[in-house]
This record gives sequence, structure tokens and C-alpha cells, in this order.
Amino acid sequence: MTSAPLKGSDRIEVGPLADGTGTDPSVRPSSTRRRGRSAPYWFLVPTLTLFAAFTVVPIGYAVWLSLHKVQVKGIGLGKGARSEVWNGFGNYADVLNNSEFGHSVLRAFGYGLIVIPTMLGLALVFALMLDTPKARSAPFARLMIFLPYAVPGIIAALMWGFLYLPAVSPFYYLLDKFGLPEPDLFNGGNLYLSFANIAVWGGTGFNMIVIYTALRAIPQEIYEAARIDGASNVRIALSVKIPIVMPSLVLTFFFSVIATLQVFTEPMALKPLTNNLQSTWSPLMAIYDSAFLKSDIYGASATAVVLALATFVLSFTLLRISDRYTREDRA
Amino acid sequence: MTPLTLTADATGPSRARRTAWVPTLVLILGALYCLIPIAWVIIAATKDRSELFSTFSFAPGTGFFDNLSDLTNYRDGIYWQWMANSAFYAGFGALLSAAVSAAGGYALGRYSFRGREAIFKMILAGVLVPGIVLAVPQYLLLSKMGLADSYWSMLLPSILSPYGVYLVRIYAAASVPTELMEAARMDGASEWRIFSRIAVPMMMPGLITVFLFQFVGIWNNFLLPYVMLADDTKFPITLGLYTLLAQGASQPALYTLVITGCLLAILPLIALFLVIQRFWSLDLLSGSIKS
Repeated sequence: MTSAPLKGSDRIEVGPLADGTGTDPSVRPSSTRRRGRSAPYWFLVPTLTLFAAFTVVPIGYAVWLSLHKVQVKGIGLGKGARSEVWNGFGNYADVLNNSEFGHSVLRAFGYGLIVIPTMLGLALVFALMLDTPKARSAPFARLMIFLPYAVPGIIAALMWGFLYLPAVSPFYYLLDKFGLPEPDLFNGGNLYLSFANIAVWGGTGFNMIVIYTALRAIPQEIYEAARIDGASNVRIALSVKIPIVMPSLVLTFFFSVIATLQVFTEPMALKPLTNNLQSTWSPLMAIYDSAFLKSDIYGASATAVVLALATFVLSFTLLRISDRYTREDRA
Repeated sequence: MTPLTLTADATGPSRARRTAWVPTLVLILGALYCLIPIAWVIIAATKDRSELFSTFSFAPGTGFFDNLSDLTNYRDGIYWQWMANSAFYAGFGALLSAAVSAAGGYALGRYSFRGREAIFKMILAGVLVPGIVLAVPQYLLLSKMGLADSYWSMLLPSILSPYGVYLVRIYAAASVPTELMEAARMDGASEWRIFSRIAVPMMMPGLITVFLFQFVGIWNNFLLPYVMLADDTKFPITLGLYTLLAQGASQPALYTLVITGCLLAILPLIALFLVIQRFWSLDLLSGSIKS
């Protein structure tokens, strides 16, 4: 499982986010080899112990579970009546044939198609606006747009959930006053928009800060050179700023895709407010549902492993593509 | 769709001194969008039950102190127990996390040793593992050890932060000079002493960033407690409010409690943000350090 991200982390280091990571030329092996050769390993003991206990072992256990099933002897009572037996790829076959899980993945993709372009587009716009020299109230806006990051996802979803409820929402109050049609935000396709809005609200500020930081790192001489060449601010934004912050955009895109596959909090929070939401709406909800509500930890583990593999394959592919892109860009 | 709006700023030097209205307007609209739910929850928390459903949402009500005492009296103050639990999980967890990241990131950033890159990449790969892929087996393993539904089940899985290790590695490489480590070695300082007396103070801004990130991360976490905890006296605030709403869905009478609870739950984090943003550098936030 490590092979894909091995390369992945290399790629992440490309760009302004990783200043100083690269090769560490100042680390001189000769000096550390002389004394304290074992020191770095001692410093890593807590990290590696926790990594083994709470990442490696659970993943191994999940893989083991995913290859087993429970066999019930007799009427399934008493000790030893239920035993775990080898099931090979039986659980995986069930996952891939299980349309419920497939639908949850499709829903996550549909949700991601709305969230990711909107969120990153807004983040880029706000970052460019913050970087405009004559913009007023930029520090205030920067803080306000970033503020939702401090609000727990579940509480953001609860607050928006109330704003979607006709009985208490100010929007419905106004729509009612002006006699305008009142959409049902808890139904069908609107549900995607409702979830997407919560994610955009919560995530735009953080991505904006990442992009804005990259913009601030651009030396001013580049702009002056561009201005002398007669470039307008729009032209500078399109031809200078956006290409330079591209690695940051790739990074934020990459994390957004992973977050999309793992959407859980927003649909969970809105579930109590509507009857239109299945308990298997998103992939994570489907896994939770089969592990804890249907008590099928074997099937749930197989589903989880499939989701993890899909995440790795997707990450690997995205990083490959972005790597090719950035390399061409540099040439 | 957008950089076109920069045109307001794009004409000659004569206009350059004036406010760029389009960017300003866009930023203010963005700030308003981000403030709407927060403004709503502040106002809604002041309304009593009947006002909540009858008056205009942005008209303040008269029931804030009643809501507050209702919330405090709800099941003998369990709400404040949830807040205390969140403070404990986030505070203690983030402290341990910063300590572990400090040692691990320092080792990866300041020493060269066999297996360094392999260890670093393996830990970073941890970021990609979907939360629930870990949470289900973690729950099963912890319950075999009799630790499920305990404070440990929330605390232990939150300590290791791959992102924290990554951030400290960058920070250590950029801020702890090798010459200083060499000089300390010449003076006979042990590696541990160099770490604890020289490196940790120099890495402090980075460590504070790791602490804050983990604090917010743990405070905001919903999946882990949702999987691990059954006893609601151990719930953090996120799970507590969620269960309150799940009950309240059939009893709209509980809506005012949930709304007041939401407001009080976000206030500490917003306050924390407003205080720290004064000295919390944006560069640190996104992990880039200028040398």
C-alpha cells in the first residue's frame, strides 16, 4: 500500500508549499555518524510506535477481516458456535456486485463535481482579490472568509440545516414575503446543492489562504517586468499569477478529491432533518452502515479496503498528471 | 470566470491610487456569505421557542438567558460535560501530538540516516488512508483490549499527525542551523539535550502551529467519536450536539437548545482564532517557510 504514495509525497513537495524540504544540503552525514548515530531512531520511536499501532495494525486487521467471514454452527448459540473462516475474495465480489455501494460512490462523485470547482474557483478569486494592491477591507475579508474553518463541520451542517428549514430560515421568510416559489432543499438534486454549499462554505477560506500564501511568495520584480512589457492586471493575473500558483492549486485539488470521497459529516448532520436521505448516501456512510448497523464487519472491511485502494489509485493518477503538467510548464 | 473583474484596477496610474472597487466588493460579498450562518445562529440563540418559528430570522428575540439556563439544566448540565470533554480531547491530544511531531519531525529534518526517506513517505501516506478505513478496525482492536468507549479510545488515535510530522520536518530543516548543533556537540551536549534545549525553542512557532492544527482537528472531529463512543457522558461537543438534534428532529422544542448549543460551541474556537491570527503567520499556516 505504500508504493503509490511513496511517489506521491515526492510530488507534493514540488512548489512553494515545500520550501526548505528538498534535499537538506546542510545535513552533514559525517557529523551525525560520529556520535549519536542512534539518536534519530530514538526520536522517531513515539511516531513509529503510534503509526504501527493506529495505522499499520488496523489496516492489516481490516485486510485480514476482509478475507474472512463468520461461520455459524448449529443454531449459533454457545461458545465456539460462531467461528471465522477463510472467505478468499468472496467479500470483495459482494462489494463489487453491491449496487448500494456503487451508488454511494457515484453520489460522492456528483457531489465532488459541484463542490471542487466551486470551492477552488472561489478560493482562487478571493486570493487574487486579496492580492490586488488597492482592495479595501482585505484583512477583514481574509479573516471572515477563513473563519468557517474554525467551525466544526457538524455544527456548520447543523446551522445550514436550520437555514434550509422553511420554518426557521430567513431565506424562506423573504421568499414568502415576496410571494416567490420556495424550493425544497432536502429533495433530489437540491440535496447535492445543499451539501455542496456547506462544504464550500467551510473549505473555501482554507484553500484561499494556501493560494494567497503562494501569491505572496511571488517576487514583485516579476510584476514590474510584466508592467514594463505593458501587461494589464488582468493579463498579469492570467499569465503570471495563475501559472505560478498552479502547484498550490494542484495540491488543494488533490486534497479536495480525497475529502470528497470521504464525505460523511454533512449528510450525517442533515439526515435527522429529512426522510429523503438513505443511511448509505456516501461511501463512508455505507461502510458505517454495514459495520455497525448491519454488524457485517467482514463486508465492511472489504468495502473499506476497496475505498482505500480507489483513493490510492486516484491520488497516484492525479499526481502523475499534475507532475507531467508542472514539468511541461517549467520547460 | 473572474480575474476579469480586476479591470477596475487595470487602467493607468491616474486611477491606481483609488480604491479598487470590484475586488473590494467581491471580498465583502465573500465575507458576508461566510458570516450569514454565524450571524443567524447568534440571533436565533436569543429567541424563545415561539419566537423562533414566528418572527423574522434576523430580528432578535428575548429568550437568550432562558435558553442558556435550559441548556445548562438539560440532563443535569451534560452540555458542559461535552464542552469539558472536547477541551480535554483537543487540548491534551494536541499537546501530545505536538510533542510527538516535534521529536519525529526533528529527526527527519535534521539527521540523515538509513531509511529516513522511506519512513517519511510511509508516514505521509497515512494522510491518504480514509478515516473510516482506520476507524472500524481501530474500534474492533480497542474493544478487544477493553478500551472502546473510553477516553483512551478518543485520545490515542488522535495523537499521531502525519501532517504535523511533515510541518515540523520542514520547520526544523529551515530554522535549526547545523552549525549550532555542531557547536553544541563540541561542547559535549547530548543529542537529547540539543533537541530539548536548542531545537525545541527554535522550532516553537512551528510547534504552536502543529498544536493549533491538531486542536482544531480534534475539536472538529465527528467520525472518530461517532464510531468509538457509546456513553454520552464521554461525548465531545460535536457528537453531543448531533445526538441532541437527532432527538430534537421529532421534538422541535429541542431546536432552541441545539441552536444555543451551536453558538456556545463555536465561540471558543472563534475567539481562539481572533486572538492567534495576530501573531499566527500565514506562511506557517500553509506550511511554507521563507528563509
